[in-house]
Parts: sequence; structure tokens; C-alpha cells
Amino acid sequence: MNIVVLVKLVPDTYSERKLSDTDHTLDRDSADAVLDEINERAVEEALQLKEAHGGEVTALCVGPDRAVDAVRKALQMGADKAVHVSDAALHGSDVITTAKVLAKAVGTIDGVDLVIAGNEASDGRAGAVPAILAELLGLPQLTHANKVTVEGDTITVERATDDGVLHLQATLPALVSVSEKINEPRYPSFKGIMAAKKKPITTLTVADLGLDPAGVGLSGAWTAVLEAAPKPPRTAGERVEDNGDGGTKIAEYLVGQKLI
Amino acid sequence: MSEVLVLVEHVDGEVKKATFELLSAARRLGEPAAVVVGAVGTASKVKDALARYGATKVYVAESDDAVNYLVTPKVDALATLAGRVSPAAVLISASLEGKEVAGRVAVRIDSGLLVDVVDVERSGDDVVGTQSIFGGGFVVKSKVSTGTPVITVRPGAVEAEAAEAVATEETVELPAVDPARATRITSREPAVAGDRPELTEASVVVSGGRGVGSAENFAVVERLADALGGAVGASRAAVDSGYYPHQFQVGQTGKTVSPQLYIALGISGAIQHRAGMQTAKTIVAVNKDAEAPIFEIADFGVVGDLFQVAPQLTEEVTKRRG
Ligand SMILES: Cc1cc2nc3c(=O)[nH]c(=O)nc-3n(C[C@H](O)[C@H](O)[C@H](O)COP(=O)(O)OP(=O)(O)OC[C@H]3O[C@@H](n4cnc5c(N)ncnc54)[C@H](O)[C@@H]3O)c2cc1C
Ligand SMILES: Nc1ncnc2c1ncn2[C@@H]1O[C@H](COP(=O)(O)O)[C@@H](O)[C@H]1O
Repeated sequence: MNIVVLVKLVPDTYSERKLSDTDHTLDRDSADAVLDEINERAVEEALQLKEAHGGEVTALCVGPDRAVDAVRKALQMGADKAVHVSDAALHGSDVITTAKVLAKAVGTIDGVDLVIAGNEASDGRAGAVPAILAELLGLPQLTHANKVTVEGDTITVERATDDGVLHLQATLPALVSVSEKINEPRYPSFKGIMAAKKKPITTLTVADLGLDPAGVGLSGAWTAVLEAAPKPPRTAGERVEDNGDGGTKIAEYLVGQKLI
Repeated sequence: MSEVLVLVEHVDGEVKKATFELLSAARRLGEPAAVVVGAVGTASKVKDALARYGATKVYVAESDDAVNYLVTPKVDALATLAGRVSPAAVLISASLEGKEVAGRVAVRIDSGLLVDVVDVERSGDDVVGTQSIFGGGFVVKSKVSTGTPVITVRPGAVEAEAAEAVATEETVELPAVDPARATRITSREPAVAGDRPELTEASVVVSGGRGVGSAENFAVVERLADALGGAVGASRAAVDSGYYPHQFQVGQTGKTVSPQLYIALGISGAIQHRAGMQTAKTIVAVNKDAEAPIFEIADFGVVGDLFQVAPQLTEEVTKRRG
């Protein structure tokens, strides 16, 4: 089974995230960058499926040069090879453009049976790339998976949402996005880290994918930011020590605020 | 005036509150037209409620396929209608499924997508959406520059206001399902709907963290939530420790909530937790560590033991509500 796993480098949420002053895009240099945690789970799921069914795992990333770190982490965990689309023209791409570029890039990989993504990235929180990609690739979407099973060319998934659990079924090739609860990602072993150094990474530009650079990035976006401003941080209000009347004090405060 | 398509979220013939919020937002942009995708007979159950919130039209796409396939029937219905009526905008709730539907509709009709807006308004010919990003750290105003604006709206962000209208019904034919591209729903285990309001819809949320100490102790959190008529939330540490189920997690990798009142019990206030709750109108925190970062954003904080403070507060609230 040939699996493509989509990995993304995101600013570490422990560091301050901000928007650049000039063009309102994410200031990716201001924060430390890490492989998005949910993508480690996507890689883990791909590896488990490969271990059960054979085949090959290709990590795919669209992002600036240093996003190669995300790709490398996937290779260290055990992915076989990687495709990294990196192009200055992509700066400022919106979700739809990103999905279009990903769709083209998936198209460069032969005989794909399954595409696995995270359900939602921690930076944009769009939660839409996997669904859009399924639309563009004409694949069934089995998203927000808590559990994935493949038998022959039938794939079944447990999708967990607030409304309950849905049992989903489709035919391969298909697209899956994984939820936070699906598995515990492995740590790269020393052997894995050494082996990753020799694994092939194909680097592609937008033109390599047959896309017009003017149609991607900030200039190609179908949405435009009109204004952006940091919100004044919340400030601390009143704080009291509990002297046996803490609950009563809160109640009084809530009454004062007309909340009860 | 142009129509504004609103995708209706419904469970067992009941319309979700988020849909009424969408209809209220839609009235600012044009004529709200509700789109019902579901089992045969759904529209007749929900039509009156939709009209009460201003829907002048109810588009009805009902069939077995509409309930037996994931996401795509809704995309089909909205894309078909977008082609037919050239709406001023398409509004969809920023729920897990809503985000997926919206993304697919946008690419299918070659239109820009605004995600998770907390407000929408008309500005000349443009529809402008306000987004609150990075857990409320930045406020951004954007518009769609190509095609029909497809917009997902954060539940709870826009107030639902009733406005009686008379709704006419119109049927929408769904295209045949392509089995190679569609995902079948083979069975459902509906979540047992508790008596509490839904987390993202609640006007009061009481959350517990690792400080609660055990699953049994979460009863302390639940009792306060029930006294206030609120929902229960949890930090990731509480969820990871098995104190409370995952779907109640608040934060960056959980739910984003913007209630009138958020009460944090035994939660330190890590940046990832704040990302999901700092747009709450009023924040109250109880923590025995005076240095806990949650106090930096709390409007009212009590340094103390939650097992002393919360039950007392529950009692006070119950007394006052009498
Ligand atoms: C990528 C990523 C995503 C994450 N996503 C989320 C997310 O979505 N949501 C989330 O919540 N976290 C998230 N986290 C985790 C986050 O960093 C914190 O670890 C977590 O929020 C801590 O939960 P806590 O405050 O309950 O626990 P702790 O930090 O352990 O705090 C417990 C608090 O309880 C207090 N306490 C203990 N006993 C009592 C008592 N009897 N009375 C009063 N106070 C008491 C302590 O003083 C302490 O402040 C994420 C982390 C990462 C890296
Ligand atoms: N630039 C990208 N490169 C690779 N994968 C991506 C990219 N953007 C999004 N994805 C995938 O789509 C998932 C959901 O992202 P999002 O829709 O942005 O929340 C991520 O977890 C990734 O698996």
C-alpha cells in the first residue's frame, strides 16, 4: 500500500506567535518551528498501516526551506522518502491554494492508495485542507479518524465528533485525516535518525508542478486581509485569598456583574 | 436583495443554536435562505423554527443518500444552489463538519473562503469577516476577492435574534452519488445528549484541570456547572489523566469557547489552554498557586483550594437562584 502523509511545520505554540507588520502573513521567523504534533500521529498511522500491509510511505510538505525539518522528522520516524514543495511564490497562500499545491504534488507520486493528513493544524486551525484535497483529488474523505482499518481495497474509519461516533467506509484510493486520539507517535530511534540521512527528498517548485507562480501565494489568494491588529492583552482583575469565604466572594462578584 | 445561503445543522428534527446565529448574521447581508439536507421529512420539522429566525426560503434536499454519505451531499446541495441563485454569501457553522463542507464548496464554486469568523458585516459591495486568531491574540478583517464569499462562523460568536418571517419551500435535487468518491456512513453511535448545554453553545462554562485530581472529583465541577446552567469543560491535562472525556477539552487542540462566563478550577492557564477560552467575556479562576498564569487573565481570581471554594459557590448560586 502506497501512502502519502502530509506534514506541516508550524510555529511552536509555546513561543509567541504574531503576524508580520508588512503583509499580515504569519511571521514564521518570529517563533520556533516544529513538526505539528497532529502530523506525528499521521506519520505514525501511516507507518502502522505500512507495517501491516507493506508498501511505501512518502512524506509530503508544502512550506519554506526550513520546513525540511518537518520532512526530516517524518523520515526519522520511518517514512521512506519525501517530497518538499518550496517556493518563495507560495508565501501568503491561503487554505485553498495550499490544497491545490498539495493536490498537484500528490499527483507526482505514483500509485497512491491512501493520503493521510492531520485533522487540523495548530497554526491556521482551518481544519479544511484534508476535505478540500479530497474534493480536488476526487477521493472519498474519511476525516477525523480515531481508528483506521484497511482490508483489501476497503477502508473503514471511526470518526469521532460531538454528535457521536460515525462508522465510515469507502474504497481505496482514499483520504484520511487523523484525530488527536488515534495513536501515540513513536520517537525516532538512533538508527532511524542515521537512516533518515540517506533517504531521498525531492524538492519541487511551483513551476515544477505546472502551476503558475502568479496564481499562488499572496497575489493568487482569493481572500484579502483588510486590516489586522494585535488585541490588547487581557489584564488581571481582582484577586483575593480564600479565607473560608472564597465561594461567597465569587458569588458576590458574579451578582455585581449581573451574571447571576 | 440577494439571498444568503445558510446550511442548517439539525439533530433529530431539532435545529442547532448555531444555525439561528447564522440566520441572524445572514440578515445583515441579504435574505436568509436556509438549506436543509437530511432524511425525508426533516424540513417539515424544522421549517417553523427557521422562519422564526428570519428564513424567507427553505431549500430542501431530502433523500436516503443525504444521510448515508459523509459531507458530500451538503456540498452538492450548496454548490447546486450557489450556481442557481448567485447568493451574496454562503454561511456555514465553523463546526468540524461545517469547516469541511465550506472548504469543498469554496473550491467547487471557485470562490474564496473565510474561516472561523466571529463577525460579518456588509461594507459597500463587500462582505467583510472578522477573525480572532492565535487564541484571540490578533483581530483580522478580511474579505473574499474572488467568487461568492463562503464563510464559516464560530458558534456562539454572533447573537441569535428572532425575527419572524414567512418561509417558502423549494426542493433541491441531489446528484447521484459516485461511489468511488464518496464515503458511506455505515452506522452511527449518537453521543448521549446529556442535560447540559453544548460546550461551544453554552453561555457559562465551568472547567476543571489537573487540580481536580480524579474522575470522581469532577463531580465538584459538574455541580457548579449545573447550578449555573452551564457546560463542563476540561484542560488537556485533565483529559489525558482520564478525569474527563476528550470531547470536553478546551484549548488549542480542543474546543474554542466564548461564553459570557468561564470558570477555571485547578487549571494553571497554559498558553494552549488560554487559546481556547480567552475570548470569554468574564473569566473567574480558582487555583491554590498564587503564581498560576491563569490569574493574569482572570477578571476575578481566588487563591485557594477548589474543593473549599467551588462547593461554597455552588451553594451560594443555588441559594440565590432559589
Ligand atoms: C501542541 C499542544 C497542544 C495543547 N493543547 C491543549 C489544549 O487544547 N487544552 C489544554 O488545556 N492544554 C493543552 N496543552 C497542554 C498545556 O500546555 C498544559 O499542559 C495544560 O493545559 C495543563 O493543564 P492543567 O492546567 O489542568 O494542569 P497543570 O498545569 O498541572 O495545572 C494544575 C493546576 O491546578 C492547581 N491545583 C492543584 N490542586 C488544586 C486545588 N485543590 N485547588 C485549586 N487549585 C489546584 C495547581 O496549582 C496548578 O496550577 C497543549 C500542549 C501542547 C504542547
Ligand atoms: N503546507 C502543508 N504541507 C503539508 N501538509 C499540510 C499543509 N497544510 C496542511 N496540511 C495537512 O492538512 C492538515 C490540516 O491542516 P489545516 O487544514 O491547515 O488545519 C495538516 O495536519 C497537514 O496534514
